Order: sequence, then structure tokens, then C-alpha cells
Amino acid sequence: MIEVQELSKSFGPVTAVDHVSFTVNKGEILGFLGPNGAGKTTTMRILTGFMPATSGTARVAGFDVLQDSLQVRRHIGYLPESPPLYPDMSVEGYLDFVLRIKNVPAEQRSARLGEVLEKTNIADKRDELIKHLSRGYKQRVGLAQALVHDPDVIILDEPTVGLDPKQIIEVRHLIKGLAGSHTIILSTHILPEVSMTCDRVVIIHKGRIAAVDTPQNLTTQLKGGQRIQVEAEAPRAPFEQLLRQIPGARTVQVEAAHAAGRLTATVEAATGTDIRSQIAAKIVASGWGLYELKGASLSLEDIFLQLTTDEAAPAQRLS
Amino acid sequence: MRGLYAIYRKELGHYFVSPVAYVVVGVFLALCGFFFERALVFYIENSISREIQAAQYGMPSDIDVPSQVLRSFFGLVSSLMLFITPMLTMGVYAEERKRGTMELLMTSPINEVQIVLGKYLASLTLYAIMLLPTAGYLAFLYRHSDPRPPWGLVLAGYAGVLLVAAGLLALGSFISSLTENQIIAAVLTSGAFLGLWVLDLAARGASTVTAEVLQYLSVTDHYDDFARGVIDTSSVIYYVSLTVLFLFLTVRSIDSLRWRRA
Repeated sequence: MIEVQELSKSFGPVTAVDHVSFTVNKGEILGFLGPNGAGKTTTMRILTGFMPATSGTARVAGFDVLQDSLQVRRHIGYLPESPPLYPDMSVEGYLDFVLRIKNVPAEQRSARLGEVLEKTNIADKRDELIKHLSRGYKQRVGLAQALVHDPDVIILDEPTVGLDPKQIIEVRHLIKGLAGSHTIILSTHILPEVSMTCDRVVIIHKGRIAAVDTPQNLTTQLKGGQRIQVEAEAPRAPFEQLLRQIPGARTVQVEAAHAAGRLTATVEAATGTDIRSQIAAKIVASGWGLYELKGASLSLEDIFLQLTTDEAAPAQRLS
Repeated sequence: MRGLYAIYRKELGHYFVSPVAYVVVGVFLALCGFFFERALVFYIENSISREIQAAQYGMPSDIDVPSQVLRSFFGLVSSLMLFITPMLTMGVYAEERKRGTMELLMTSPINEVQIVLGKYLASLTLYAIMLLPTAGYLAFLYRHSDPRPPWGLVLAGYAGVLLVAAGLLALGSFISSLTENQIIAAVLTSGAFLGLWVLDLAARGASTVTAEVLQYLSVTDHYDDFARGVIDTSSVIYYVSLTVLFLFLTVRSIDSLRWRRA
């Protein structure tokens, strides 16, 4: 449904999007994850036909974003970072306006309007002026505008920002419910949201793709790159040295544990290695007491931080 | 077409909700009424004193009071428009950009021409509505004048006013599309109008080619003819060209938003 190939966008000397490629299949929900300034919004703006790319191609619903921009826009619903609302219009008036500019024929308009008001749970505010609405309601009106014309492709830039926890859950349910019949791209900072709603995730950093995969795969793949907690009764310096010497141990951090005389160490292991048994064997062989040995696979948050904090080429770290 | 109409409806609706529009129209009509009365009184007194003089010295006594009043009135309306148009056009694009709604319009299946024309026609409609009450003054004039001035005079006068409006609204609309700040838009537009007005003054009296060109470009030079009941095709072309030029520039200006960073 959406194919992006080698998409790049530069504003003068600044490259916002750098040879980005990915596809989104029909009915899928794709998450866009990345720190601020990573290029998410720019990519979305290119996909929605708002701005042209510097190079590369993007196709939405079979239409090229540059050549057939008007066609692309017929098939897209878009919620930008701040919802594009007219404060002096009523909710109903606004959504009616959106229906008209999205080219929805007159006979279908009131039905669609009613549906979207129900779906986004704002039916009780339909006659209210937008400037009188609370933040949460405004955000939902923004969401409604992206959905009202029942587009094939829905692009949401931070859809749950400003909502209270109950509303966030509702919106996530709404988005999940839309999958299958709609293709969705959503960008967010909220990592659990990605794990919960998205089929696949694209992690973007500095305009480049750092990772593309399902949330589960991403966490599994890096499982070998574990963080291991060790608690032992041992003298500090030899303990630390022993741990550092284990092949595969990338970083070692030793601290005093709660219990007297014990130390805890946090060891980050290199990708693809499981050094827990080695640690256990070495500690026992040295005659020290081993109290805890725990491996925690990196959460999506850790992966995200790891992939987006390092300056090295992101793709390499996942091999 | 649906898109254009949707934008037109929305803009017109916004004008009627916005206090700015009501205040501007109110002030405009108040001033129009005031100056109409002044002009009427002035010319009537003038004609009375002329008649007295004529009786005393045997000079011809005809001033065509209704025509003079009309001419003065239409000239006045055009000048007033120079002042109030910036107030009405300043927000047309600046608001949209500020609120982020331009992004909504530009990611919808609607092209820039529809956006610009929809907004423009709405502002023109507002103008027409604003001018409607002035017909009341003219009706009054007609009822009480004998013989009545020719219809053509009134039609030409209004034609001129509408053409001037068309041009000024196009220019104001273009300037509004250049900035997010309404005040800047209003100030620049006023400045531009003043510039066009003054072009006429700069050229007055001189007879060189430059002076003639300047005179042609001046907004005020042309509507004087209309006020007198003369429809000069070169003036019509002037106003239509002005309108088309600035609407075109507005479309380009909107399009250029697609290339900016923010």
C-alpha cells in the first residue's frame, strides 16, 4: 500500500531524511519511532503530498506522491502534530467542511459525519465551538478529521498527545480496530504504545532508518545483547576484573549491594552472546558466593536508546 | 469545484463570525453616510449660492447637483476602501498559517487555485454586501432629484468601485499570504495602497513618458473616470490585470509554502 524507496529530503545544507526505504502492507499498522528531529514529521509530510522529496520515490495506494499528488491526497487522512482546527467553527461544521474538501459526495456526508463522531466519542460535543473544547476533545476532533472521509491510508503524527490515560486507551483501541480495512502509519514517542498497537516498527534516527521489524523481533534479536545482573560476595577489584575479562562482556559496572559485603554488577553483553554460564562458572571457581544471576532482555526502550544514542552506523548493530 | 465552494462557504462564514468584519463594515458605512450627507449639503448650498449669483449677475446657474454628489460619493468610497481593505484581508492567509490549517488544506485533494479563488470570492462577496446599504443613499438621492441623473452614472460608479475592490482585495490577499503575522500583513498592505495612491501625485503635472506611466499605474487615476460615469476600457483592463496578477502571485506564494522548513 505504501512503498518508500531511497527517499531523501534536504533543506539547504540540512538533510532531514536520508535515503529512507520501507514498505507498509495493506491493513498494517506501522509505528514510526525516533527522537525529536529524526525526520518522522518530514517523512509524513512527503507521504501526504504536502511537500516534495529531494530525491527518491514514494507511492501511496499505487500513486506516486509527486506525479499524482491529488490522487494520493484522495486516499489519505492525516493528523499533523498539532491538529489543524478552526476555533470559530463548531465540531460538526468543521467536520462537514473537511468532508467537502476531501471530495466526499453530498449523499454520504451526514452518514460519515455521524460515524466518525461515534467512533471518536465526541458526539456529545457536536454543536460546540472548537475553541471551547478541552485539549483532549480537540485532539479527538483532529483524529476525527483524519478519519471522517474513510481513507485507505491514515497517517497520524503523535495521535495520543494531550490525552488522559482513559482517552489514550480508547484511541489505541480505535486505531487497532481500524487495522485490516485501513493502512496506518503512526509516529510516537511513547514506546509502550508502539508495542501495543503496531504490527511493525521503523526506528528513525537523524534521517536514517535504524531498524525495521516487529516489536517482538527487535526485542528478541537483541536478547543476546543482554543486560545481566550479578550479585556476589567477593572482593571488589578482582571481581570487577574477572567480569571484564570474560569475552563478550562489553561494559561492567560494580556497586555495593544492599546486603553487607556483597556487590552487584551490571554486565552488558555483546550481541548474540549469552555469557551467563561463564559468569557463573568463573565466580564459583574463584570460590566466591554467587547470590543472583539474572538476564534481562533489552526492552524496546533500551533498544531505542541504544540505536539512537550511538553515533556509529545504526544498521551494523543489528547484524 | 466542490473544494472551491467549500472554501468559499467557510471563509464567508468566518467573516460573519469575526468581530473585525462587523466593526470594519460598520465604520465604513458610518463614514459613507457621513460623507454622503456632507457632500449633499455642500453641493446643495453651492447650487443655491450659484443661483443667487446668477440672479444677480445673469450667469448660468446650472450645477448638476445629483451628478456632482454621485461623483464625489464614488470617489470617496474608493478612497475609503484603500483604508479598510487591509483590515479585511490581513487575516485571510495569516490565520491559516498560524493555526496550521494550511497543512490540512494542502494535504487535501484540492489545489491552490481553488483555495485562492475560494477565499478571494468570499472577500469580494463581503464587499458587495458591504456596499449594498449605500444603494439606500442613492435611492434617496433619486427620489428627491428632478430631473433624475442617468442610470448609467450610478452603474458606472458601482462598476468602478467593484473593479477597484477586486484589485485591492487581490493585492491584500497576496500580501496576507506572505506572512503569518496579521499586523505585518495589514501594515504592508496599507503601505502598498498608499504607494499606489501616491504614484498619482508624483506624476501630477509632469508630461514626460515616465509620468504618464506612473499615472496609468496609479489606482486613483482610473476610478475618477468611473465616478464621472465614463467606462474607459483601458481602466477596466488595468483593474482586471491588477487582479489577475496578484491572484496569480498569491497562488505561487501558497505553493511556495511546500518548500519551507517549518
